[in-house]
Amino acid sequence: MRLNRKYRSWSDRLFDIFNFSLSLFLAIVFIYPFWQTLVTSVSLPAYANGLNYRLFPRGGATLAAYGEVLKNRTVFIAYGNTLYRAAFGTVITVIITYCGAYMLTKKRLPFRNTITFLIVFTMFFNGGLIPRYVLVSSLGLIGSRWALILPVATSAWNVIIARNFIAAIPTSMEESAIIDGAKPFQVVFQIIMPLSLPILAVLALWTAVNHWNAWFDALIYVRSTSKIVLQLYLRRILIDIDNQEVGFYDNVMLLTKSYTTPETVKAATIVVSTLPIICFYPFLQRYFVKGVMVGALKG
Amino acid sequence: MTGGTRGILKSIYAYRFYYLLGLPMIIYFLLFHYVPMYGVVLAFKDYSFRLGILRSPWVGLKHFRLLFESYKFYQLLANTLLISTYRLVFGFPVPIILAIMTNDLLNNRYKKFFQTISYLPHFISWVILSGIIIEILSPSRGIINAVISALGGEPIYFMTIPKYFRGIVTVATIWQSCGWGSIVYLAAISSIDVEQIEAAYVDGATRLQIIFAITLPSISSVIVVILLLTVGRILDAGFEQVFNLYNPMVYRTGDIIDTYVYRVGIIDMRYSFSTAVGLFKNAIGFTLLVLANLLVKRIDSDKSLW
Repeated sequence: MRLNRKYRSWSDRLFDIFNFSLSLFLAIVFIYPFWQTLVTSVSLPAYANGLNYRLFPRGGATLAAYGEVLKNRTVFIAYGNTLYRAAFGTVITVIITYCGAYMLTKKRLPFRNTITFLIVFTMFFNGGLIPRYVLVSSLGLIGSRWALILPVATSAWNVIIARNFIAAIPTSMEESAIIDGAKPFQVVFQIIMPLSLPILAVLALWTAVNHWNAWFDALIYVRSTSKIVLQLYLRRILIDIDNQEVGFYDNVMLLTKSYTTPETVKAATIVVSTLPIICFYPFLQRYFVKGVMVGALKG
Repeated sequence: MTGGTRGILKSIYAYRFYYLLGLPMIIYFLLFHYVPMYGVVLAFKDYSFRLGILRSPWVGLKHFRLLFESYKFYQLLANTLLISTYRLVFGFPVPIILAIMTNDLLNNRYKKFFQTISYLPHFISWVILSGIIIEILSPSRGIINAVISALGGEPIYFMTIPKYFRGIVTVATIWQSCGWGSIVYLAAISSIDVEQIEAAYVDGATRLQIIFAITLPSISSVIVVILLLTVGRILDAGFEQVFNLYNPMVYRTGDIIDTYVYRVGIIDMRYSFSTAVGLFKNAIGFTLLVLANLLVKRIDSDKSLW
């Protein structure tokens, strides 16, 4: 939308200035917690006891906290497993959700409303942990990484939002394609799917991040170290650190060679988990920052 | 749809391609959501690990009575509803506004940068975020009180004053979630036909006019669906946020159903009790959703859930 520049009246200018200034202020507000976490993660123990809010680490910086997080070979196994579930999970979720959502956009589909109702129903009523465990177990998935992927293959939330997004695409697109002789399969995957890229990108992002952050399902379904996922591993580290602290006084902490505290390690784990997402995000961002439907009205 | 069984079967056959398309999704919901649904009965039983779900004894409405008859129940309910409603009224529009704002930023690189920054709070754990908030509001070390003192006022110990608590929780939650929440609206905005906007500019529309006349209506179906689904979660006021920010002095306005259940933690029947509470919350939420959906259907049946 660079064409804006040509059409600026004074009120538009004002809008732009206001918009920009507000965004600057907000950017500071948004970035602050993360910056604070980053600073804490490289702070020395003496200055990192939680209640210490500075713009820069005082007295120097240390990567000891990261050393603590990354020292074990297991962390790389954990990364691998998390990548595995995020990759497969995302592909599966996007495909199943897209296809299901597309089906639900057909207004004259028999029982469409009933199906939608039943799907939304599952958002509110579910059997809980135990029956789910029993099910996963009887499917023989305990111990397999697919126990982390299949039970969350999609969700009512995803399906409904995707459905509404797809439904907002002008029907003229499909109609003209059908007139040109396209078969349903082609319409779904060659016409509508490219137009749905923004929501598919969002779904991919949501799914990947959920898999990235998940730990509870790994805790109950997959107990071996070879299949551990990142968040679970990071939590174990934090618990270990906390346990080490039992019986220590702050003075002893400073006297010992240990350059980490639970605070700094906690901060480091957040940075370690978040950085990959921040790096991954720009690749998806381009799908919903630019206009996708140029000339849609003209069909 | 034509009447009669023959008509329906004909319809189904005509739509067979689409049923096939949605089949994996349907199988998923049947298998992973409806098969385990029998666990809901635990809300009416005293769960014993030994006996398992099917053989644990029935206790009828015991857990629900326990919840409702607690002398604090109405206070909990009120706090829960109020906090949720604040979140809805003040928090729901923010991601939308943020998305529109971001979309209208002129410099592409700054736009992407700002967008990435905006979702960062979402990834910071609540323990840390609440620590930051407590610091900011601290009577001795906090920025807010520093400003108040500079203006000649008395420092206020915000975190211990009941009447401020809900507002604090609301602002904190918005801060954390608005950036991440704006992503889906950005996606919706990005699929608006650019030529339509161009045409509007040529006709002399101002930025604001375009937002209200084109942008918002175009993303309204996404807005409505998220609004509906959010209404359904009205009794979920956000355990983590409240839990990390509250203290006994603000229980009167801040204690919600979930935090109370957590604190009370009835050891023997903990699992059934929390299942019952969960069921209660979801039942109310779902009822509200159905009502809200009916309302939306009346206004514009394209936008309703079903």
